[in-house]
Amino acid sequence: MSTDPSVTPAALSGEVHLPEKLADVEPVRSVRTPIRLEYDFIPGAASSGYLNAFADRKILGQRSPVDGAVFVPPRGVDPRHGAATPDYVELPDTGHVGGFCVTRLPIPGRDDLEIPYVSAWIHLDGADIGFLGLVAGIDTSEVRMGMRVRAVWKPDDQLGRTAENILYWEPSGGPDIPVTAAGTNAWHAKQITESEEQAAGEGR
Amino acid sequence: MRDIAVVSVAQQQQKALTHTTEVELMVPIINEARGAVGLTQDDIGFTCSGSSDFLAGQAFSFVHTLDAVGAVPPISESHVEMDGAWALYESWVKLQIGGIDTALVYSYGKSSPGSLRDVLCTQLDPYYLGPLWPDAFAMAALQARIMLESGAVSDQRLAEIAVRSLNGAADNPLAVRSSADAAVDSVLAEEPIADPLRPSDCAASADGGVAVVLAAGDRARELCERPAWIRGIDHRIDPHQPGVRDLTRAPSAHKAAVEAGAGNDRLDAAELAAPFTTQEHILEAELGLGSDTAVNASGGALAGHTMMAAGLMRIADAARQIHEGQADRVLGHAASGLFLQQNLVCVMEGE
Amino acid sequence: MAERLRADLVLEYPFTRTTGPVIGAFLTGLRERIVLGIRRPDGTVLCPPTEYDPETSAPLTELVEVGPGGELVSWTWVDPPRSQSPWGQPHGLGMIRLDGADTPMVHGVLVDGPDELSVGMRVTARWRPEREGHIADLEGFVPEGAGQ
Repeated sequence: MSTDPSVTPAALSGEVHLPEKLADVEPVRSVRTPIRLEYDFIPGAASSGYLNAFADRKILGQRSPVDGAVFVPPRGVDPRHGAATPDYVELPDTGHVGGFCVTRLPIPGRDDLEIPYVSAWIHLDGADIGFLGLVAGIDTSEVRMGMRVRAVWKPDDQLGRTAENILYWEPSGGPDIPVTAAGTNAWHAKQITESEEQAAGEGR
Repeated sequence: MRDIAVVSVAQQQQKALTHTTEVELMVPIINEARGAVGLTQDDIGFTCSGSSDFLAGQAFSFVHTLDAVGAVPPISESHVEMDGAWALYESWVKLQIGGIDTALVYSYGKSSPGSLRDVLCTQLDPYYLGPLWPDAFAMAALQARIMLESGAVSDQRLAEIAVRSLNGAADNPLAVRSSADAAVDSVLAEEPIADPLRPSDCAASADGGVAVVLAAGDRARELCERPAWIRGIDHRIDPHQPGVRDLTRAPSAHKAAVEAGAGNDRLDAAELAAPFTTQEHILEAELGLGSDTAVNASGGALAGHTMMAAGLMRIADAARQIHEGQADRVLGHAASGLFLQQNLVCVMEGE
Repeated sequence: MAERLRADLVLEYPFTRTTGPVIGAFLTGLRERIVLGIRRPDGTVLCPPTEYDPETSAPLTELVEVGPGGELVSWTWVDPPRSQSPWGQPHGLGMIRLDGADTPMVHGVLVDGPDELSVGMRVTARWRPEREGHIADLEGFVPEGAGQ
C-alpha cells in the first residue's frame, strides 16, 4: 500500500469493481440513519431544592464552606474547590445586570419573545455569580451594565417548580452599580485578591 | 520506566441514582480518594476522567463534572470517552513522561435515566448494524450461541460463573446483585432473557463512580503504606464487524495480557470487567488465569456494571487487595465495545 | 421531603451519512435486490463488505454478488421488538453466512417463533417492496422454501 499522501487509496477514489448487474444503475451515495434516545432527566439534589423553592417565589443559592461565596443556581458544589455545598441561602429577587446582549433574531419555538430582546447575566444581591435572565420593561437601548433590576413573577396561582416563574427582570430604579464592580467583577475580585495576597506573601 | 502505583481508591455504586447528579455523585468520591492520602487538588499533577455523554444525553457533560474536582486555578486535565481504565492509562503515560508525581483518575456512569440497551446500539457501525437496533443483550446472545454450539463453553460452566459472581458479591456492599445461596441449578432454571442468555448471564446494570490516585516512586511510598505498583499495563483492540471475528475468542485481551506480563508470575487475584458470563469465560482463557487465581472475588462486573466505570472499578478492587495485604500480585481488566472488542490489562504488585 | 422532579429529555440525531463507494455499492445492491460481498487478497469474501481488509488494512475493491441464500450461524429471539428496529413484531436476530461469502452478517430472521430457528438451517433473503438503499431494504431472512 502506498504511503504517499498524494495518492488516494483506490477504495476512496471510488474505483471499485461492481458486478455487471449494477454497472448502469444510479449509485447510493448517502443513507438516513436517524437516532432517537429518550431519557428521564433528573435534576439532582441541589437543583431540586432550587426548583422546588421557586414554587414559593423563593430563589435559593448555596454557600461555599470554604470562603462563603454564594452560588446561584446551586449545583451542590463549589466548583473552585470541589467542596460540597450542603447549605442553602435564600436570595432576594433583586440584583443588577452584569452583562447583556441585544438579540435581533427570533428563537425557534419562542414566539412570545418580541424582537429585539435582551438576555442578561443577572447578579442577585448577595450572590457571587450571575445567572441568565431576560430583561424587559425598558427600551433595549437603555439597558446597561450595572443597572439595578428586580424579578417580575408570574401570578401566584401560576407558579410552578420551575425557573420559568420569573417572566423577566425589570429596572428597579436606584443608582447603578459602577461598571468596574458590575457582573463577573465580583467573582474576579475574589480571585484577584487571593492571587495578589499570594503574590504579596511570596514577596515578603 | 518510572515506578508508578495506585495509592488510593474510592468508589460508590448502586442500582439507580434517582436524586443525584453526576457532580453530586463524584464530589464525595473524589474527596475520599484524595483525602485518604492527604492530598488536595493543588497536590495533583494531572487529572483525567472517563465518561460518555450518551448516558446523560448531554453534550460535553464531562465538563460539568469537573466542578467536582475543583478546577480553579486551572488544572492540567484530560478526558476520554472510554471506561476510566483508559483514563488511568493516559495518566500512567503522563507520569512516565515525567514532570509530575501524582495523578487523579476518575470515571462515572449514570445510565438509569435512559435505556442502556438502546444507548449501546449507538456504538455500532452506523450503516450495517446501528439501523437494526440490535440491543446489547441480543448481540451478546448471538455470541453465546456460537460458543455453546461450538463447544467453547457449556451451559453448566456459564451457570458456574454466574454463581461465582452472585456468591462473591454477597460480601460486597457495592454489588447491586448478589445471592449467598445461589446455585447452578437455580441459575439454569431461569427463563432466558435473550435466548440462550439467562438474566444471571447478563451484568446487573448500575450507576456509580470511582476515583483513583496514582503516584510515582518515592512519592507513592510517602502516601501509601503498601502501594499497588503497576508492573505492566496495555490495551489492544480487535476489528468491529462481528462477522470477521472468531467470537469464541478475544485476541486483543490475550495480547494485552502478554504485553502487560500477566503470565510472568503467579496472580493471586483477577478482577474482570466482563458484562456477560460468556465473556468472563473467554477472558479467563485469554488472560491465562489458572485455578490458583481468585477471579472476581468482589462479584466482578456481573454483580454491578457501571457503564464507563466498570473497568476502573475492577482495577480499584484489585489494587485494594494489595493495599490491604490480601494479595501480592493482581490483575485488573477493562473492556469496551462489542464482544470484548477492546481490552485493557493492568498488572499490579505489592512490595 | 421536597418533591422529586423529573423531565422528559429526548435526544435526536437526524443524520444522513455519506456512504463512500464500498458501502454505497452494498446499499445500491440492496435497492436492486442483490447482496454484495467484497473479495480479500486471500480470495475469501467479506459480507457485509468493508473498505479495508480488517486484518491488513489493504484497500478492498472487488465487489461480488453473494446469496441470496445462506446458512444461519447463530440466532436469538427478540420479544418485544426494539422500538426503533425495522421490525414491528417479535423476530429472530441472526448471523447469516450467505452462499459465496466467508463471513456472516447480522440481520433479522422472520419466523413465527424461536422453535423454528436452528443453527445451520438454510435461509434466504426477503426484500421490502419499497427500497431506497438502506440495510432495512432487506426485510430479513426467511427459511428457504418459505417463499420470499
